[in-house]
Amino acid sequence: MHFAFTEEQQQIGDAVRDALADACPAGVVRAAWAAPDTAVRSLLADLGVLGLNLPEAVGGLGLGMVDAVLPLTEAGRAAAPVALVETIATNPTLAAIGEADLAAQVATGEAFVTLRAPGGYAVDADRAALVLVVEGDRVGVVRAPRLVAQPAVDGSRRLFAVEGDVEPTDADGRELLDRAALAAAAQLVGLSHHMLAMAVDYAKTRRQFGAPIGSFQAVQHHLVDALLRVRFAAPTVAQAAWHVDAGTAEASLQVAMATSLAADAASLTARKALQVHGAIGYTFEYDLHLWMKRAWSLSAAWGDARAHRARVADHLLGAPDA
Amino acid sequence: MDLSFTPSEQAFRAEARAWLAANVPPGPYPSGDTREGYAWHVQWEKKLFAAGWSAVSWPAAYGGRDASLIAWLIFEEEYYRAGAPARVIQNGIFLLAPTLFEFGTEEQKERILRPMAAAEVHWAQAWSEPEAGSDLANVRSTAERVDGGWRVSGQKTWCTRGAFCDAIYGLFRTDPATERHRGLTYMMVDLHQPGVTVRPVERLDGDESFAEIFLDGAFVPDRDVIGQVHQGWKVAMATTSSERGLSLRSPGRFLATTTRLVDLYRRHPDPALRDRIADVWIQARAYQAYTYQTVTRMMAGGGIGADSSLNKLYWSELDLQTHTLALDLLGPQAELLADAPDAVDHAEWLLGFAFALAGPIYAGTNEVQRNIVAARVLDLPRG
Repeated sequence: MHFAFTEEQQQIGDAVRDALADACPAGVVRAAWAAPDTAVRSLLADLGVLGLNLPEAVGGLGLGMVDAVLPLTEAGRAAAPVALVETIATNPTLAAIGEADLAAQVATGEAFVTLRAPGGYAVDADRAALVLVVEGDRVGVVRAPRLVAQPAVDGSRRLFAVEGDVEPTDADGRELLDRAALAAAAQLVGLSHHMLAMAVDYAKTRRQFGAPIGSFQAVQHHLVDALLRVRFAAPTVAQAAWHVDAGTAEASLQVAMATSLAADAASLTARKALQVHGAIGYTFEYDLHLWMKRAWSLSAAWGDARAHRARVADHLLGAPDA
Repeated sequence: MDLSFTPSEQAFRAEARAWLAANVPPGPYPSGDTREGYAWHVQWEKKLFAAGWSAVSWPAAYGGRDASLIAWLIFEEEYYRAGAPARVIQNGIFLLAPTLFEFGTEEQKERILRPMAAAEVHWAQAWSEPEAGSDLANVRSTAERVDGGWRVSGQKTWCTRGAFCDAIYGLFRTDPATERHRGLTYMMVDLHQPGVTVRPVERLDGDESFAEIFLDGAFVPDRDVIGQVHQGWKVAMATTSSERGLSLRSPGRFLATTTRLVDLYRRHPDPALRDRIADVWIQARAYQAYTYQTVTRMMAGGGIGADSSLNKLYWSELDLQTHTLALDLLGPQAELLADAPDAVDHAEWLLGFAFALAGPIYAGTNEVQRNIVAARVLDLPRG
């Protein structure tokens, strides 16, 4: 038992963090609401993140989900306006369904593949070379989708309803959805860290009653409650990633656990960060809502906390009607 | 990152599981917080020690097994999985011993550790005083310098199992000119001497395991001072960090409780509570993952520090949620005591609920823990 990221994994995470701190400040996140981002996606391609879990034969790094956790967390921290969940989730599927040429283009950022969430929508489907869907327990491919735009609360998430003929494949649908949920969970940890940091900074500088509001216990305890949930969610994300990479029998259960905790942590942190900011946090001009809206979206798109807990409950207690 | 267990960790787990399966007595057990029950538990502790399981992470020289912290967590998981008796010597082996390992002299370690683990000398914590609860630095008990040691006077309270113990450890003001956390010294006090009065205090569950201890010129020889004179605050903080952070409440306890809760659900199903059952079960496993991460860091030379307050918040609130949920499942049977004909599981859930209510209070209230995290982890300004 050794529960720590390697030095190399941490270095990749740090590199992504530093690069995004420069290239993806809040203004870039905000600008992506008006004009879809290409620059940040291209940066992530240059850093190797887009092909992180593609085989080296197609220009990827040949790494796994554990390696992806910190880059995903950092993309979340920066609220990078990039559909990274979709890329990290679908990469191994592309290899499995024989789309090697397309995979090579994904690694360089020339092409993008999206994934329709179960019962939901596909991000950036109008820009996608391929839309993957999960039907039953298998992955299907929609090559000529009919798309209907579905404007969403996070203006950088360009959602589309997808219809069209589904070409069946043998690729495993559960594993694909688990990778998506896990990638979302890692981003939610990063989003939470940033929202908490914003609220802590604000509480240190904003003065009322002659003192920084961060010196008041009622305010402090809001922030500690958020920290508590984030701290205890983060290791379960790493743990689930390890189980996915190792292909253990409990991998899907571990993903359900991690996603439920990360989604709850992000929802609570968004709520607490807004409360600590007060009215300024409620404005469109202030940046907090960019992070909150991403958190709301990602904590529901791939199964919300309750849906993932229901999976755990089925495992523990049997099906509800049994 | 490798979250599988090594062959030696697996062998250690198998050995612990086999010994516990062969030796853990059938329940229910008497409460370790009554005088008669304590005596029963001491016999169990002696058996554990004789087989080398009392304090597995200690050096063999003191009766341990030189086991790693990972192995200790494994032992704890197996111990609670087996439903083995609560550890009545925990306030010695888990709270005082870490302090001795960090600050004690060789003579102290030689003299104190083995009889502690062997359940021959029984130790109680003596932190709180009537005017020093959450505000521990407000200690009023004093120690006056005399030939060869100190004369201590004052009142300590809420000493768990103090009525059954031989000695206490706590803070005494050795420099009368100081206030707050300066001028305090960490001392061990023998209770079997003139100048000591121990008065049991009944808890809300009816057990008499609390004690008030009145000291009136009791003698503490120099050899029973831990760390430097006047530096007791620093020494005490090391102990409280162990208490909140790791040793007192390892994940095995909550893994076992939430697993038993799933079993209770099978016997008393209520579909409306499925979501909450899954939630506490998941949280117990999150505490496990977090702790393996913490221990990996500690084995590489890292410490816990103020993060221990986050642990304390997490396990104490989880424990209360878990037992509240069990009572919700039990409905009309929730209020029954063990001798009621319809009692479920010997009323362990009601007793556990009562004890879980103490969790957010003992070892520093959760309000104080949140203040500590705010100041030392989030670096927020002090109020």
